[in-house]
Amino acid sequence: MKPNHRSELNAGLEASELECLRGFQSLFEGLSFAVSPGEALQVTGANGSGKTSLLRILCGLGLAESGEVRWNGVPIARAGAEYRAVLGYLGHRPALKGELTPRENLRAHTTLHGKAADDTRILSVLESFGIGRRHDRPCRTLSAGQQQRTALARIVLGDTPLWILDEPATALDDGGIACLEAAMDDRLARGGVIVFTSHQSLEGIRSLGQLALPGNRG
Amino acid sequence: MLVLGLYLGLVVAPPDYQMGDSYRIIFLHVPSAWLSMSSYLIMAVSAGIGLVWHLKVADLAARAIAPLGATFTFCALLTGSLWGKPTWGTYWVWDARLTSELVLLFLFFGYMALSAAIEDRRTAARASAVLALIGLINLPIIHFSVEWWNTLHQGSTVTRLGRPTMDTQMLIPLLIMFVAFNFYFAAVVLNRLRGELLVQERRTRWVRELARG
Amino acid sequence: MAEHTTAEQVPANRESGPALPLRTGMWSLLRRDLSIALRERGSLAQPVLFFIVVVTLFPLSVAPDPVLLRSAGPGIIWVAALLATMLALDSMFRPDFDDGTLEQIALSPHPLSMLVLAKAVAHWLVSSVPLIVVSPLLGMLMQLPGDAISILVLALFLGTPALSLVGAVGVGLTVGIRRNGMLLSLLVLPLYVPALIFGSGAVQASLVSLDPAPHLLLLAAFSLFSLAVCPLAAALAVRISLN
Repeated sequence: MKPNHRSELNAGLEASELECLRGFQSLFEGLSFAVSPGEALQVTGANGSGKTSLLRILCGLGLAESGEVRWNGVPIARAGAEYRAVLGYLGHRPALKGELTPRENLRAHTTLHGKAADDTRILSVLESFGIGRRHDRPCRTLSAGQQQRTALARIVLGDTPLWILDEPATALDDGGIACLEAAMDDRLARGGVIVFTSHQSLEGIRSLGQLALPGNRG
Repeated sequence: MLVLGLYLGLVVAPPDYQMGDSYRIIFLHVPSAWLSMSSYLIMAVSAGIGLVWHLKVADLAARAIAPLGATFTFCALLTGSLWGKPTWGTYWVWDARLTSELVLLFLFFGYMALSAAIEDRRTAARASAVLALIGLINLPIIHFSVEWWNTLHQGSTVTRLGRPTMDTQMLIPLLIMFVAFNFYFAAVVLNRLRGELLVQERRTRWVRELARG
Repeated sequence: MAEHTTAEQVPANRESGPALPLRTGMWSLLRRDLSIALRERGSLAQPVLFFIVVVTLFPLSVAPDPVLLRSAGPGIIWVAALLATMLALDSMFRPDFDDGTLEQIALSPHPLSMLVLAKAVAHWLVSSVPLIVVSPLLGMLMQLPGDAISILVLALFLGTPALSLVGAVGVGLTVGIRRNGMLLSLLVLPLYVPALIFGSGAVQASLVSLDPAPHLLLLAAFSLFSLAVCPLAAALAVRISLN
């Protein structure tokens, strides 16, 4: 797999020749792919195959052993804050403060990311994820599924063109998964790029690609 | 060379008219003290190089230097206090130099503890590099503040180490010891570095073979 | 979903960078940290109680001799303040690290060093300011005269920001490590030496009716220097720990 030299022109997210080491082992190497606007990529692989590591590298949180990630042709290491401004990342922890209510969490998060926090919009997004009636309880009183819904509401509220979601369907019931699929599909319809991992197949999403990580090689 | 220096220093050089034979420990003390500081400097600089330019050899060098630097610092403190007993009448004086040297030892320990505590080698190298650099910035401040504190706190219980003149018969062994210690330092660091490099080299070959097979 | 999202441009044409100024982001983070601290009132009081208990142990362990206490008092109070600040340090990043919020902070388009600074300020307000408030009481317990007490308060006020700032670097480095309490103190305490020396030196100087100003100025200089260096180093440390 050669790095794609026409990449400078490509819109969307692109990874070339990524290698990731975990201690003694190489989790993956020579990994290249591109996701164009309006496309979603589902990363699959066994436990420990490096899905989360890959997503963290795509975010710029993790450091690849070699290779680079580009957004609209610009390496993310160079883009820095500009890349972080277009990125919405859902880690496998919901990133909610248990002491604060969903509404306060979302408001703090929105202003932290440099956007005006519009209360009615926060409430309507929470409503669409079925948290409307619980928006004034501390997050630690919510169930795992409700916390996950709140975390997803945070991504939707961020309204960024790139979503990187680590197991977004965790702890969600059927209704929650339907909400998630609707949100993702809407994002794609408006030219968004989504990279996610999931053990479930999310069927209600247009133009879904698959990327299988090789998994543990001993 | 080490042997020659030791011989000249411990046997040939004449006893000091004031301190008698006890001064001979200086042949160990001065080079260790010098190396303790220069090795911290080298460690911090190479750790910084590793941090900024992602040069793995520099990370490994810093990692190789740390225990050695700590050893030299400890030697300097030990020989210093052994020398201090007959000379000042006590093993330990809260002198500015001694205190700074002690803080230096803590910094070495902190560096080693941090790089040992983090599992991932690369993360460990980067994290401890930040610590080494912060320590490097802080060390002059600490030294300065300790010196200040000392002069304000008490009169001078301690006269300076250096005597106005030094007999050549003492100076030559000191210089020889100095060079010998530096060589020893370089040899040990290179040896340790070779070990560290081998570990990493073997790992990549091993992984490659595994990937092919 | 569609009714909540207004018409958007395609990603390629989107304007990048935060729409609101950095100030708002820092302010929001500071307010969030403070409101969390206020909802956990029990842990809010802990540094102060620890501070008081440690200081009261000294007269019990040495001797309640007023002369002795007066000469040792400034040092004891400073050491206790150092320890109390240090024990509270871990809460600066640990909860955020555990629930994933720290990742989100690191992914904010704002410079991480400034956000770390906001968190250090929050930490200082929550854990150091109460210490400063109760320090006159402890000064009286240590038989310090009135003007020495006011110097003590001033010295703590000037010196404790440096403790939070230097501490931020230490916590940033160790937040990824489990059971890091000992390690954190090993890393941070040697770096606290200048603050300790100048801080207690100022009070000592005023006790023997010397001018405490040089000490206080040096203490302020140390804090300002930490203000310049530590946020950058702490931001780097946090990014490394998140890797």
